[in-house]
Amino acid sequence: MAAIRTATLPVRGRLVDGIPTATRLHVVTGKGGTGKTTVAAALALALAGGGRKVLLIEVEGRQAIAQLFDVPALSYAEHRLATTANGGQLWGLAIDAEEAMIEYLEMFYNMKRSARGLKRMGAVDFVTTLAPGLRDVLLTGKVKESVTRTNPDGRLAYDAVVLDAPPTGRIRQFLNATQEVASLTKFGPINRQSEGVMTLLHGTQTCVHLVTLLEEMPVQETLDAAVELTESGFHIGAVIVNRARPALIDSELLDVDGSIDVKLLAAGLRKVNLPVTNAAPLAEEMSAYAERQRIEVENARELDSVAAPRIELPDLNPPVGLGELQQLAARFTVPES
Amino acid sequence: MTNPLDLCALVRDPATRIVVTCGSGGVGKTTTAAAMALLGAEAGRRTVVLTIDPARRLAQSMGLTELDNTPRLVEGAKGELFAMMLDMKRTFDDVVLEHSTPERAAQIFENPFYQSLSSSFAGTQEYMAMEKLGQLAAADEWDLIVVDTPPSRSALDFLDAPNRLGRFLDGRMIRLLTAPARAGGKAYLKVMTASVGVFAKVFTRILGGDLIRDLSAFVTALESMFGGFRERAQHTYELLKTPGTAFVVVAAPEPDALREASYFVERLSAERMPLAGLVVNRMRRTAPVPGGQTLSAARAEACADALAGKPRSAAGNLAETALRVHAEIAGAAEHDARMAKRFSAAHPEVPVVEVPALAADVHDLEGLRAIGELLTR
Repeated sequence: MAAIRTATLPVRGRLVDGIPTATRLHVVTGKGGTGKTTVAAALALALAGGGRKVLLIEVEGRQAIAQLFDVPALSYAEHRLATTANGGQLWGLAIDAEEAMIEYLEMFYNMKRSARGLKRMGAVDFVTTLAPGLRDVLLTGKVKESVTRTNPDGRLAYDAVVLDAPPTGRIRQFLNATQEVASLTKFGPINRQSEGVMTLLHGTQTCVHLVTLLEEMPVQETLDAAVELTESGFHIGAVIVNRARPALIDSELLDVDGSIDVKLLAAGLRKVNLPVTNAAPLAEEMSAYAERQRIEVENARELDSVAAPRIELPDLNPPVGLGELQQLAARFTVPES
Repeated sequence: MTNPLDLCALVRDPATRIVVTCGSGGVGKTTTAAAMALLGAEAGRRTVVLTIDPARRLAQSMGLTELDNTPRLVEGAKGELFAMMLDMKRTFDDVVLEHSTPERAAQIFENPFYQSLSSSFAGTQEYMAMEKLGQLAAADEWDLIVVDTPPSRSALDFLDAPNRLGRFLDGRMIRLLTAPARAGGKAYLKVMTASVGVFAKVFTRILGGDLIRDLSAFVTALESMFGGFRERAQHTYELLKTPGTAFVVVAAPEPDALREASYFVERLSAERMPLAGLVVNRMRRTAPVPGGQTLSAARAEACADALAGKPRSAAGNLAETALRVHAEIAGAAEHDARMAKRFSAAHPEVPVVEVPALAADVHDLEGLRAIGELLTR
């Protein structure tokens, strides 16, 4: 396997207020297309910047971590992605349900070899696909193992784990999978494991962050997910508004009816020797931007009904690389004084 | 220059019977599908649009209030536009009812496996969307059928999931698991049977005996339908290859969405499935300057800074803000154009239409009509 180079990161302060400092598992979800993977990676970087050892996990088989950090595809093992001067470390893991199943068989039954044989037959794929929710059970089981694992010296292997989770439409089902499957199985390790997983996910060590854009559908999904998750006993961490556009327009600059005085604008352009033919197109752009800004403000107000801190991340125009992730990570922390 | 895509011509062409929109989640697939359907209907074609998971207000604008699997006439559209929302569970129930006796069907419906499978199994939604498409096409009642595909991470799921589910329900593994005796006769199958013994034992231990028993009962009850599932999925899959079908791939000018679009385009070509082209939604654009050059982002920003350094005036303040807005838009527009260009460079044969970003989400027929205009060259 090709070696993975690791980057050295700047040191950062503590997390912004409102995200409980006791949180060890950060679950990041959001509607498809809102950029939850990028947000999860930025949060993980912010945590590592605080001197922690952090694990970033993905579960959807996309190799998104590898793409973001520009490293070779992650095999089923933890890989170091970055380090900080104050001892912080960021590790990445892409959980694969089949591999998790084999690990499971090995752990509970010491039957790695027959498990591999079954995999070759397609049986593992078959069963992980078949038993509804079993995939999710395996994935959340592995997440729990990562969060609670201890080193031989008895200390926790990771200070914090960030999970790039399935989208909002599926998040409750995903987090509750163990409970659901446990109700179908009256005994066996899944039933026994279920309680531990549910205790972790529902406990104060875990919070679910919701990523959204200031657009109608993502906001609606965020509100729905916040209600559903709270009802199911999960803790909401922060609402993260991604790709926020700067509010550039002061309403005083618009006429009462929201229109723009093109002649006045032309006069302004003349002051810096710009051709006045630009006035009409600039006014057109400005009024569209003002309209969008108004809608964004409205959508942001809708989000107020979720009792959680809000973090705004700027639109950096992808592709996002390590430099951009650093910029985003800074938004999660307050600078050390 | 890129090859322009005229979707209006596509949906008006009497030879076009089925249009399928595909793309990753969050790129405006449903809106594009609805706008195309409206274009077709208003050109005088009897049209139905099958949506999977529309935004509430968009659904309401088309008179859809619940999942009911029945095409409803959309009020306010000129011509005959019908819309329906897929009811996955009911579609699955119908398939079961059609292929088994009422007693068997009752047994199947009660089984906990069926309940999970019909409501949450990954791929069920895709399978049922295909199934519904097959039914609509067989009804011979529509000039044009527009299908929106389920929101999934990967656009390819729409093509793969039905077969996966079909294969799974028909599968060798499921038969072996539940009835190893059937495998007797051939020598190599003995080995299989032995492995299956291990297999059943392992999973009984992991999942618990009840689960295996329920599964067995489920599979036995479904037995009469084996073959049916795969055949149906295969049949609809073949339908997608016929000349009356057109795939419209939808994306946004973002690396992930365009990567998915690329995968999809390549797959369609490998499968010899008819691709109409790519719609790139949400393109941010600057307004054209009559007879002149558009200001670059850098120039606009520099001029805004210059204005900020001059004595304040109403004209200066307005121009400064307008220039900063322009710088923001020009930067974004340049990014989006670069993204779209990259796709076209990799797939020069694919016709493309770019749809400018709209300030607000579309939730009425007027808005859909406006999108329709933008889809027309």
